[in-house]
Amino acid sequence: MTELSKTGAAVGEPAPASPDGTAFLDVRDLRVHFPTDDGLVKSVDGLSFQLEKGKTLSIVGESGSGKSVTSLAIMGLHRLGARGKNVQMSGEIWLDGKELVSADPDEVRRLRGREMAMIFQDPLSAMHPYYTIGNQIVEAYRVHHDVSKKAARVRAVEMLDRVGIPEPHKRIDAYPHEFSGGMRQRAMIAMALVNNPELLIADEPTTALDVTVQAQILDLIRDLQKEFGSAVVIITHDLGVVAEIADDVLVMYGGRCVERGTVDDVFERPQHPYTWGLLGSMPRIDRDTTDRLVPVKGQPPSLINVPSGCAFHPRCPYADVPKDNVTRTVRPELQQVGTGHWSACHLSPEDRTRIWTEEIAPKL
Amino acid sequence: MISYIIRRTIAAVILLLVVAAVTFGIFFLLPRLAGQTVDQLAQQYIGKNPSPADIAAVKRNLGLDQPVYIQFWHFIKGIVAGATYDLGPTTVHCDAPCFGYSFKTHVEVWPQLTSRLPVTISLAAGAAVLWLVSGVTAGVISALKPGSILDRLFMGVALSGVSLPMFFTGQLALLLFTFQWPIFGRTYVPFTENPSQWANTLFPAWCSLALLYSAIYARLTRSGMLETMSEDYIRTARAKGLRERNVVVKHGLRSVLTPIITVFGMDLGLLLGGAVITETVFSLHGIGEYAVKSIQDNDLPPILGVTLLAAFFVVFANFLVDLLYAAADPRVRLS
Repeated sequence: MTELSKTGAAVGEPAPASPDGTAFLDVRDLRVHFPTDDGLVKSVDGLSFQLEKGKTLSIVGESGSGKSVTSLAIMGLHRLGARGKNVQMSGEIWLDGKELVSADPDEVRRLRGREMAMIFQDPLSAMHPYYTIGNQIVEAYRVHHDVSKKAARVRAVEMLDRVGIPEPHKRIDAYPHEFSGGMRQRAMIAMALVNNPELLIADEPTTALDVTVQAQILDLIRDLQKEFGSAVVIITHDLGVVAEIADDVLVMYGGRCVERGTVDDVFERPQHPYTWGLLGSMPRIDRDTTDRLVPVKGQPPSLINVPSGCAFHPRCPYADVPKDNVTRTVRPELQQVGTGHWSACHLSPEDRTRIWTEEIAPKL
Repeated sequence: MISYIIRRTIAAVILLLVVAAVTFGIFFLLPRLAGQTVDQLAQQYIGKNPSPADIAAVKRNLGLDQPVYIQFWHFIKGIVAGATYDLGPTTVHCDAPCFGYSFKTHVEVWPQLTSRLPVTISLAAGAAVLWLVSGVTAGVISALKPGSILDRLFMGVALSGVSLPMFFTGQLALLLFTFQWPIFGRTYVPFTENPSQWANTLFPAWCSLALLYSAIYARLTRSGMLETMSEDYIRTARAKGLRERNVVVKHGLRSVLTPIITVFGMDLGLLLGGAVITETVFSLHGIGEYAVKSIQDNDLPPILGVTLLAAFFVVFANFLVDLLYAAADPRVRLS
């Protein structure tokens, strides 16, 4: 198989997780660059990860770390619209044995909505204000199924019922503005799942919702994933969401993966100073209320002039620990630090363990 | 919905009465305030060298020596119930709706308006279809490829279209296509008599008028589309796997059309009240040309009639726009 030989070429990248060598979603050395008047924006710069069906991967990172662009690139949406005209893209995205980066755009369009679907952050602006909920779900179904409007409507009512919208046969004719935020996101999920996609990408699905509704929506996504057996990618900056729902975590910084592992690994044995910073800035119920949250100091890096060496070094409190100024000159590659656990950091394993146990862990 | 229509209808009628009152005031009150005597005022309705009997007839028929509100009442009553003009030797009965009687030309205003209205409607409707289609199409294409050669071409044409006066484009069209190369007819033929001849004669006028208006529509559509196509719901439509054509038309254009309806309704309403310059340039005997002629002749009753008719069209168009807007945007509630 061609994808096997390509895996071998990617030195230092995480190996596919599944035994037969090909993951359901396999992203390899993905680069998405946008030329602008100010320079080349390297939104995603060499990202690799794998995801199996039935599993949930959470991509976390600050705004501008490249997590949304990654999801749009998988969907092939980055190319469309005014901004996508000059986009430069390289690498491979394998979905169920099909390569998407080099595929014909119309081929990708046919997969969009049917094999891979997306839930967006703000369901009010993500739904068309002039069409009813039902109309929009029926449309999503009929793009990929040659059925009558009546049959599609039956399917839409079924989906609305499944995502927990009361009286779906009545509510189907409502407009998005007539729904509450939580109901809208449910309808959005119904729209995304109407074609039984095998890959579901949720871009900050709970950010625009209040906390009680957030939990309901996450439960719903988890239940539906069990039911349909789909692979789920959740993009978020909320580590609470990650802990709630994800199997694996991928931490992005400056368009690259800095740490990747299971939820347990990343939360219990984090290996990257940026992950430490993220965990330290998370509010926790078991902390003293007088404790101050510790922010990650400094600003997210410019994606046009990414800092040399390790992109995180200007903000990293331990940038001077490794010798010979290596953090400023050499870009760290992902290294395996445990079973299924990778980190891209110049700190030696001994230094990492020492700093984690002595300085970071006690404060969390 | 029905109660909304009723309330808006009542409001529209009141608005028209106010317009009528203001117009009436300008015609009958201002000259008196400016120091004109009743005789001088009456004289204006007749023309040069009026006989005392003529002046007396005008004064009697318009009630010029009575208070203005009574004159206004007579005028409104005429519209609703008709009026009779006693001209001394003869009497003229003016059927409802009676919009006045010209003492200069000895014709009633309303039949003049109704006979000219088809010309104005023909001109406005044909031009409206042309400018709406061409303007929106050009705007969409420009917005999809901003900065492209087509975009620059369309926007250049649009800019010249809105800057060149009708005196220029209209005369040029006439000169080239009606006189130099007589492709198009010269005299207006009613649609009911010969539709192809009707369109043939009006075509240069339609194009000239459409050029003037399509510029605004092209720019409106372009800016609207540019904004809409970066909306989140366009991304959602694409994420569904819709073809780009459907994304643009069903999701993009759908949102842009709503504000365009508003502008279109008002423009059409204004135009139905008489495309003054276009009708004059192309010698079309429509409402606008009637207004120009009456102003030149200083013939006041027809001017009053045209003003009220134009006001009616504008108010009616606004009313329709409100209803259409509610139908087009489900977030608008008519209550």
